[in-house]
Amino acid sequence: MRTGTNPVPALLRGIGAYVLVALALAFFALPMLWLAAAPFDAHPGVTASLPDFTLANFKRLWNNPNAVDSLASSLILAVGSAVLVVGLSALAAYALSRVRIRGRDGLLYALLLLSSIVTGTAAMVPIFLLAAELNLVDSYLGVILVLTGGLLPAAIFILKDFMDTTPRSYEESARVFGASPLRVMWDVVVPVVRPGLATVGVWTIAQVWGNFLIPFLLLRSPDKSPAAVVMYTFYTEGGQPDLALISTFSLLYSLPVVLMFLFVSRRYGFRFHGGIKA
Amino acid sequence: MADITLNRLAKVYPGGVRALHDLDLTVRDGEFFALLGPSGCGKSTLLRTIAGLEAASGGTVHIGDRDVTALQPGERDIAMVFQDYALFPHMTVEENIAYPLKVKKVGRAERAAKARRTAEELGLGPLVERRPGQLSGGQQQRAALARAMACRPRVFLFDEPLSNLDARMRLEARTFLKKLQRELGVTTVFVTHDQAEALAMADRLAVMESGELRQVGTPTEVFRRPASTFVASFIGSTPMNLVDGEVTAPGAVRVAGGELPLPDAAASLTEAGEKVVYGIRPEYLRWSDVPAEGAVAGTVSVVENLGSAQLVTLECDGGVSVQVVVSEDHEPEPGNRGWAVPRNDRALLYRDGDLVAEHGTTDATVSGPAEGPGNGVGDGPADDAEPVPS
Repeated sequence: MRTGTNPVPALLRGIGAYVLVALALAFFALPMLWLAAAPFDAHPGVTASLPDFTLANFKRLWNNPNAVDSLASSLILAVGSAVLVVGLSALAAYALSRVRIRGRDGLLYALLLLSSIVTGTAAMVPIFLLAAELNLVDSYLGVILVLTGGLLPAAIFILKDFMDTTPRSYEESARVFGASPLRVMWDVVVPVVRPGLATVGVWTIAQVWGNFLIPFLLLRSPDKSPAAVVMYTFYTEGGQPDLALISTFSLLYSLPVVLMFLFVSRRYGFRFHGGIKA
Repeated sequence: MADITLNRLAKVYPGGVRALHDLDLTVRDGEFFALLGPSGCGKSTLLRTIAGLEAASGGTVHIGDRDVTALQPGERDIAMVFQDYALFPHMTVEENIAYPLKVKKVGRAERAAKARRTAEELGLGPLVERRPGQLSGGQQQRAALARAMACRPRVFLFDEPLSNLDARMRLEARTFLKKLQRELGVTTVFVTHDQAEALAMADRLAVMESGELRQVGTPTEVFRRPASTFVASFIGSTPMNLVDGEVTAPGAVRVAGGELPLPDAAASLTEAGEKVVYGIRPEYLRWSDVPAEGAVAGTVSVVENLGSAQLVTLECDGGVSVQVVVSEDHEPEPGNRGWAVPRNDRALLYRDGDLVAEHGTTDATVSGPAEGPGNGVGDGPADDAEPVPS
């Protein structure tokens, strides 16, 4: 035997550590595996197993009247909210970054705090009543406005950071050449903070895509329901969750968001400056 | 082309800070004019007020015969080059240069042609497709200049045009800027905290302190006859010796333990017994190893090599120290005795901080032999070591 430490305890320690890591990974990987396998399984259960391969589930889903339409609804809601959130938060963040008013930071933090209430469960009833008064129940516009309101403060917060790191001399330079404030914003500020706008846009789409409560609350007709709500209706006649439909639909539902993340991340790169100058 | 006239121009920031105190100033047509002063003196505020980026609190700004006080920057027919150049990072050099024309709604083909021609003039021809991030500091500066030139303004405003360049580039850019300005003949105002830059480039300059103009004149005037002790200590790469003295009876002044003749300029304007400050630049003191008439005597404490000369600090017998620029012919060592003889036509007297001189005497009448101000001046106080010709 060589001198030095006994290799056996070290080996055991190594094995122990890897087993722990493997268990933790399995905990997170299992649902993913299920999502990858179940849609192609003729008889999916709640366990992840090698599928009894079939594409019949996709066919059934295609024939379901609400499923495909709901993805279109989700798209309308997500893109509509993203356009509003990016447009409004860019203008607000630019103004807040450039204008000096007393209590500006306090205002931002208060908005951020309140925003989680606006789209949250606590304000469910008032939001519904308000929408009913404004004839916005069962309209995409109503859902988009409520979601936009809820997401704006956080979006402004993120974008203000990007605006703060844009040198003022860029804008002053454009001003001296005769550009109007909106023109300065469009020609100079927007291109410079484009990664920030992309970040906020993608984040908004992901948030709206996954939101269940507000569309569930405000959209009455089933043909307008977005994917997150429609999934909730996939039950068999016997009242059991229809795992085949749910898994297949989940896969289709999550793919666009994943693809969008990959695309935008490659195109712009996600950069949260967090107050550090780029 | 146009001159710039400021009439009782004032700027008060909200909160009551007075940045500019009722300034009157005329920058003549085609002139290269420097605003010089320590940081916080209001020189940048003044430039930004001329540009219209700051609103004046009082007074007027005229460009040519047009009152532009209430106009937006874009309506003033000016171009400004910022300290960081403010080139738009998402546009190519050509797009940057063409941007002012785009704002002025010049057609696409025409503005591309103009941008290319301007870029060509400034030696940026092969670089027009690059983005600002791919250019060196000097190239960025020229791109910013090209952008300013492309819209043919009546006035150029430069904010610290050289401070973002390294020491070697700065000298090159200085010559380049001066040549360019002369060729274009456009009225130009630039801001700098570096007195060497101001003296070297400007046709005339204004020295500012706490929002007021302390002296306006040609570099020669300001260098040779600073109007106050503040200007005297601010101008010149080696600060002027300012020593307390007292006028003694027969046209002489007692300074640092020595008896010196009264400076020519102040000879008939002082009375015996007056307390004054005697000012003499280190370059205008002649070194002597042996006792000399009309000199201050002292012991050498520090010798700094300036390349072609040495800056010698002399601890005088009166307890004050005087700096002398000594040519290569002498090699004083610390501890040596030495005598410094002032050139009497360059010595100045200050009373209560102001120059004692007859009104209307300008340096044009006292033209000295060889030295222009540009020669006697090295570089900024603390940035880089550059030999100072004596």
